[in-house]
Amino acid sequence: MSAVLEAGLVSVLNGFAIGFLLFILAIGLSLVFGMMDVLNLAHGALFLGGAYLGTAFVGARPSWGAFLAALAVAAVAGLAAGGALSLMTEPLRKRSHLDQALLTLGVALVVAELLTIVFGDDPLTIAAPPGLNGSIGILGITYPAYRLALIGVGAVLALVVYLVVDRTRVGALIRATVADREMVATLGVDNRLVKAAVFAVGSLLATTAGVLGGPVYGARPGLDAAVLILALVVVVIGGLGSARGALVGALIIGQVDTLGRALLPDLASFILFGALALVLVLRPQGLFGGAHGTVPAR
Amino acid sequence: MRTLSALTAAPTRSGGSAPTARRPRRWGALTGALVVVVLATAPLFLAPFATTTLTRILVFALFAVSLDLLVGVTGLPSLGHAGYFGAGAYAAGWVSLNVTAEMPVPLLAGAAVGALAAALTGWITVRSRGVFFLMLTLAIGETLQQVAETWQSVTGGANGLTGIPSTRIAGQPLTNAGFVHWYVLVFFLAGFGLVWMVARSRFGAALRGIRDNEPRMRALGYPTALYKYATFVLAGGVAGIAGALLVAQQRLVTPADLGFTTAAFALLAVIIGGAGSLWGACVGAALVIVIRDALGPSLGGHGTLVLGIVFVVVVYGLPRGVAGLRRLRRNGTDR
Repeated sequence: MSAVLEAGLVSVLNGFAIGFLLFILAIGLSLVFGMMDVLNLAHGALFLGGAYLGTAFVGARPSWGAFLAALAVAAVAGLAAGGALSLMTEPLRKRSHLDQALLTLGVALVVAELLTIVFGDDPLTIAAPPGLNGSIGILGITYPAYRLALIGVGAVLALVVYLVVDRTRVGALIRATVADREMVATLGVDNRLVKAAVFAVGSLLATTAGVLGGPVYGARPGLDAAVLILALVVVVIGGLGSARGALVGALIIGQVDTLGRALLPDLASFILFGALALVLVLRPQGLFGGAHGTVPAR
Repeated sequence: MRTLSALTAAPTRSGGSAPTARRPRRWGALTGALVVVVLATAPLFLAPFATTTLTRILVFALFAVSLDLLVGVTGLPSLGHAGYFGAGAYAAGWVSLNVTAEMPVPLLAGAAVGALAAALTGWITVRSRGVFFLMLTLAIGETLQQVAETWQSVTGGANGLTGIPSTRIAGQPLTNAGFVHWYVLVFFLAGFGLVWMVARSRFGAALRGIRDNEPRMRALGYPTALYKYATFVLAGGVAGIAGALLVAQQRLVTPADLGFTTAAFALLAVIIGGAGSLWGACVGAALVIVIRDALGPSLGGHGTLVLGIVFVVVVYGLPRGVAGLRRLRRNGTDR
């Protein structure tokens, strides 16, 4: 019986680790989508880019310096990439949202292929920084220290992002742009700048999540698509443009995914889809979605 | 991609439309016949490798045409259509390995499983549209790929199904590249014809109506959700046929065949060709296969990179695809 409990606890902890990572990843996607209706399909490629940066800096010789350097470089690269993506979608402003999504899809293919050219086809791993590479005992079980740290860092980051979006002036501007960007524009705010800033910070979070997730997920071709799907599912379940929704959605998906993999490994992907379907049927706009929901009822 | 509607939808109902619209259509029929003759005789004067490439183009073109029925005609941009293509391919491969490779069986299995997979997942996707549809189909396509990777006992896991026997017609295995080409060509033409007829029927006109203004179609009394669902299942079935043809040609299925990249390339083919134009989708498919399979090796195996760049360029520069170019020219001369 206690073995079952221990397995359950490990699964719950894994779920939290993945959940917080997913939140960091999904929040940028959600805000850009909710604000400007730009579905950034290159978001997964940004995550993978961060993960590969982690392998380049850390590789098999882990040290705190290398790990922090990887985080810093990934953050700067993410900012630049987000700014570039925002610029690239700007000429398509007048065209359909679909065209913008297709553009980012093309960018995603290019970035993923460039990463394969530079880093090769083989799955790479990133060692956790020293001190976090072992296991520690918690509540009577042994658990990888890095994942525990990931839960802590993820929770702090999630809290910071959440507070910024929900409690500050900048956050109010972002939420106002999500709600009604024409109105914000009439108030004298250039919402292209808001979009570019959110795009850049969202991409920064994506690449950072790639480095942070490196010791868990590693870096391999195809990871970009897998991660993108998870983030999209989180965004759909949580509701567009809602920080709270992204947080709750990410934690739910983290738990559902790990629990599914632990209990019914063959059906794990169905369970994820099932959760998505359930939310869409019962609450088409997502758990915390506003008036303009995921499935337009207009 | 919306502006095509008025031009393509008009002649479908009224048989005798304006003479200006007739002339290009007769030319179109002539060109079509010529293309079919060239495709049919190609194995006689092409080297086996070139023939195989041509066969692959036909397979991918049928897949792209089935996607175009969703994207161009009905306005449902799918990024998960490779799931049904791959489902059909796995079904055909499994049946060939475990039951029989005798002719109609793998093809029917592919069509049935493709349509079934679309039927099981379509009810949720057709509730949405636009970018949301793109997102949901992406999630479903990825789910199907994970099923293919984890359902080891049936799909062979990450290695896929290998050593699939050649399709047999009346007991004779199709081993020669030329025979395989003709086999694929016959069913490509049948599938293309089916989609073409659907797109030109009253049903197709209703689908274009849904694409352009769904609330209005609903107000006119059309059960739009049912129409979209039926189209989704039909497109899944045709994609399944294309998947079965893929197996007949390469005798191998891997999870990559129903993955994100395959789905993205199919969408690229449709966009290059110009959404809504079925022949355009075939041209786009030809370009994709030529770059990926024929030029890919000489590009160091990085055809994907080139295709990604092509994708970006097409989105910026050719919003209505190759078919849009032709339409632009025709409009210029007619008026």
